[in-house]
Amino acid sequence: MKRVYVNEDWCLGCHLCEFYCGFANSGETDMAKAYKLDRAAAPRIRVEEGDGINFAVQCRHCTDPLCVKGCIAGALSKTKDGVIEINTDKCVGCYTCVLSCPYGCIVIDPKNNGRTITKCELCTRNSAGEPACAANCPNRAIVFEERGEA
Amino acid sequence: MPVNFFPAEFEVVRNADKCIKCRACERQCSNEVHYYDADYDKMLSKDSSCVDCQRCVCLCPTGALKIRPNENAFRKSANYTQQLMIENYRQAGTGAVLLSSMGTPKDYPIYWDKILINASQVTNPSIDPLREPMETKVFLGKKPSGIKKNPDGSINTEMTPYLELNTPIMFSAMSYGSISKNAHESLARAATELGTYYNTGEGGLHKDFYKYGPNTIVQVASGRFGVFKDYLDAGAAIEIKMGQGAKPGIGGHLPGAKIREDVSKTRMIPMGTDAISPAPHHDIYSIEDLRQLIFSLKEASEYKKPVIVKIAAVHNVAAIASGIARSGADIIAIDGFRGGTGAAPTRIRDNVGIPIELALAAVDQRLRDEGIRNEVSIVAAGSVRSASDCVKAIALGADAVYIATPTLLAMGCHLCRSCHAGKCNWGIATQRPDLVKRLNPDVGAQRLVNLVHAWDHEIKEIMGGMGINSVESLRGNRLMLRGIGLSQKELDILGILHAGE
Amino acid sequence: MKYVIIGNSAAGIGAVQGIREVDIEGEILLISDEKYHTYSRPLISYYLKGAVTEDNMIYRPLDFYEKNNVKTMLGVKVTAIDAAAKTVTLDSGEIVGYDKLMYGAGSVPFVPPMDGMENVENKFSFMKLDDVKAIEKVVKQGSKVLIVGAGLIGLKAAEALEHYGADMTVIDLADRILPSILDNKGSDIMKAHIESKGVRFILQTSVKHFEPNSAELTNGETVDFDFVILAVGVRPCTSLIEAAGGSVNRGIETDNTQAVKGLSDVYAAGDCTKSYDISADTERILAILPNAFMQGNTAGKCMAGADAYYENAMPMNAIGFFGLHIITAGSYDGESYIESDGDNYKRLVTKDNRLCGFILMGNKIDRAGIYTSMVRNKTPLDSVDFDMLKVNPALMAFSRGYRDEKLAGGVCSVS
Repeated sequence: MKRVYVNEDWCLGCHLCEFYCGFANSGETDMAKAYKLDRAAAPRIRVEEGDGINFAVQCRHCTDPLCVKGCIAGALSKTKDGVIEINTDKCVGCYTCVLSCPYGCIVIDPKNNGRTITKCELCTRNSAGEPACAANCPNRAIVFEERGEA
Repeated sequence: MPVNFFPAEFEVVRNADKCIKCRACERQCSNEVHYYDADYDKMLSKDSSCVDCQRCVCLCPTGALKIRPNENAFRKSANYTQQLMIENYRQAGTGAVLLSSMGTPKDYPIYWDKILINASQVTNPSIDPLREPMETKVFLGKKPSGIKKNPDGSINTEMTPYLELNTPIMFSAMSYGSISKNAHESLARAATELGTYYNTGEGGLHKDFYKYGPNTIVQVASGRFGVFKDYLDAGAAIEIKMGQGAKPGIGGHLPGAKIREDVSKTRMIPMGTDAISPAPHHDIYSIEDLRQLIFSLKEASEYKKPVIVKIAAVHNVAAIASGIARSGADIIAIDGFRGGTGAAPTRIRDNVGIPIELALAAVDQRLRDEGIRNEVSIVAAGSVRSASDCVKAIALGADAVYIATPTLLAMGCHLCRSCHAGKCNWGIATQRPDLVKRLNPDVGAQRLVNLVHAWDHEIKEIMGGMGINSVESLRGNRLMLRGIGLSQKELDILGILHAGE
Repeated sequence: MKYVIIGNSAAGIGAVQGIREVDIEGEILLISDEKYHTYSRPLISYYLKGAVTEDNMIYRPLDFYEKNNVKTMLGVKVTAIDAAAKTVTLDSGEIVGYDKLMYGAGSVPFVPPMDGMENVENKFSFMKLDDVKAIEKVVKQGSKVLIVGAGLIGLKAAEALEHYGADMTVIDLADRILPSILDNKGSDIMKAHIESKGVRFILQTSVKHFEPNSAELTNGETVDFDFVILAVGVRPCTSLIEAAGGSVNRGIETDNTQAVKGLSDVYAAGDCTKSYDISADTERILAILPNAFMQGNTAGKCMAGADAYYENAMPMNAIGFFGLHIITAGSYDGESYIESDGDNYKRLVTKDNRLCGFILMGNKIDRAGIYTSMVRNKTPLDSVDFDMLKVNPALMAFSRGYRDEKLAGGVCSVS
């Protein structure tokens, strides 16, 4: 399946992916409006910053996802396309997925005071078309492509 | 704090309705212009540090930023312009020679823009490049002046070494040191994909790039940085740099701060030492001396590679070129005074040398007059800005052109002319690792390939319009050009008629 | 091939999915003594407090059985297993044959005998949907509630009942709350937090004698109540396996394919089994949902003939009470790194150059899975920048090679 991949050699640490993610999932058509009116979603991608190194991390959409297996509510599931989705109506915010995810990619959603989690769904449930983080990365450090499965 | 004699050159204009405080501008500005103020909960800026590189403007996700010239004006004088006054204030403050980068911004005549190109009508019909073959391949090197036969009567097909270009466009010399490794990699990969050449400049060849050797011109300059056997063997051609259009008669000086580990290894000089290229080659004081270096290099490379001699366009360029043509060089590169540089004394850049258009026309004419035009190919450089400049250069007598500034633009450069500061926000003219990584060679190479493909399409389009189907047929074809608004003297030097004639 | 699965919760569902990953043909019969479509047991407290509807409690979509071609017998109890004849007997007397059997019957509340308990009309366990449906019928605004047991179940019940403004007293024999997952410090923080919400704790105490609406405690106090919640503990359902000749030692003993020791073609998974805890190198019952699912999933694959092993079990819990969240994993025997600030608490326990367990509370829980994976993978601490990791779990602290493999490699399986 096509996944988002990150090459830290080219990540600038500009954090624009986070902002484009929040905008893409805001339901708004204007980025400034989304943020000015506090309608932007919590970013599901996060940029780690270190000494001269930066890279973005978001859900890897594992072939064998611990978060889905461990979800106590059946709120996380894998679609037939391989995208791991969260059903926030079912999520009770127990954070077992936060406990499970080896990449630290589950986001405790501050937009509803942590009552649910949120996560990258590869922009399949918004109108961005392709993942907004990859589409808007200024240095092609984030790409959305097929690299083959094991 | 002492009195600041001059204001910030630029003003950062931020649209508060659009700014979402993402701080991308702050993270991207190596000049530390932007910063977030928690008390105001606002982004603020320190205008005086801004160089107008446009990085923040380009990355701002909401289009909230504009950089514009500071409208504050000194009392107007056509003689003492504000720019001149500021330069004097600056020098009074520092006591230093003014440094500048890239081509001169001064308002000198640009002859490309005063030359018009012909097109076919009715007779000698134009050619549609989308339907008919159109040749942009060129060969650089000595051309045989006639047919030679072997003793057995067969034709002698032996050629002296030459370069084969798929398009009459090469990337001119920019050293590793003046530009980043990623910029070099972008150029090398693009040249390889395009079937043309890039030029190491005088900084040697990074070990990672030897694999691009078949599309590399290796340069030997007065500092002889990084020159050794493997280097000469690696390239497809060797270029002796006698001068550079932006700073004729001047050497180069790469500050020690830019001589980090890799640059030091590549240049073969100690880390942290200044890399000084002397103004002259200390072993060249005559055409004969030049001939000696040319043949030393040919000897070292077993006569397998053409040798290019690159000179700045100066007053007596035609006579100099004639000497070079007779010295054994295979190719002459002429660099006009509007060409770019990573750093040059401002006064030199803005006042020394002559335009490439006049130099090129004069050289081509002189070599024809002397019957030695086939002894060398001519490469025109120094502000070839577009496909039409390229076509005009070829019609004025060039075999090919060197471009550099357009390649930098392709990689993101916005001509802020601050290369000498070493803090290039686009990751090009810098060695700072955090800035260098801003240029992903995958992106850089792709954009360079796109640029040259686009130019090549345009060249074919223009040639087709003239009813000409190959660059070879366009070369020196000055009948295809007309001057507009030029004096008779200028027309005579360019060897073209005025529009309407 | 005919598969029979006993149990309709995480282990049973895991087994269905496991079988279907390998065998899409075989017949699957799923038997459960509960009448409901598979639902998530841990969600009952959320249901009681109105945070989730009954419809949204389903553990898998309504078409799950149909899509996976599973026949169900719901509300039916299995009364015996004959491993030699490969049959199970149902409470109706019907006998059903199998080729492979998966036993995931879970556990049942354990209620120690207490004097006068028969006098109490309104007493509830807190395990099943039916339990909370029954509580729903009696609870009123401001109900007085006695909760016996200050473990995960009792306190989850307390959290739900706070929604009704219940006046709650929680008693426990132990000297601290949540001893199964927290250390003393963590218990103290959580206790103070829950007390601040109006819940009263009486520890090191049990009920001496029940009256219909009050309890006399061993410390001499008397607590009045409208109803009682009994959350003392649970007992794994092992009797059918034991009777069939399977190996049981408190929990059902299995190998790493989840096959029950001493029986053939019988597998077991979930709260009724023992697991090998890799973080403490010991066998124990790990009654947690993710473990149940993964055991069941492994059992399912193995029953269908695949090679699968479940060998990285360990205790891990993510749970919140009254808005204060806890994430824990592994064992706490080793050297500790501690950060503590109000309700926020972090304890990382290291031993033999690896992270063997942790407790995170409050704002320290973000990205906890990075620690969990280190415990699970026994990541050598000298291969990572542990000083960085201590403060913030981040992939930055791992080697470049690890990151490239995980973030830029084509394979995204996890370990």
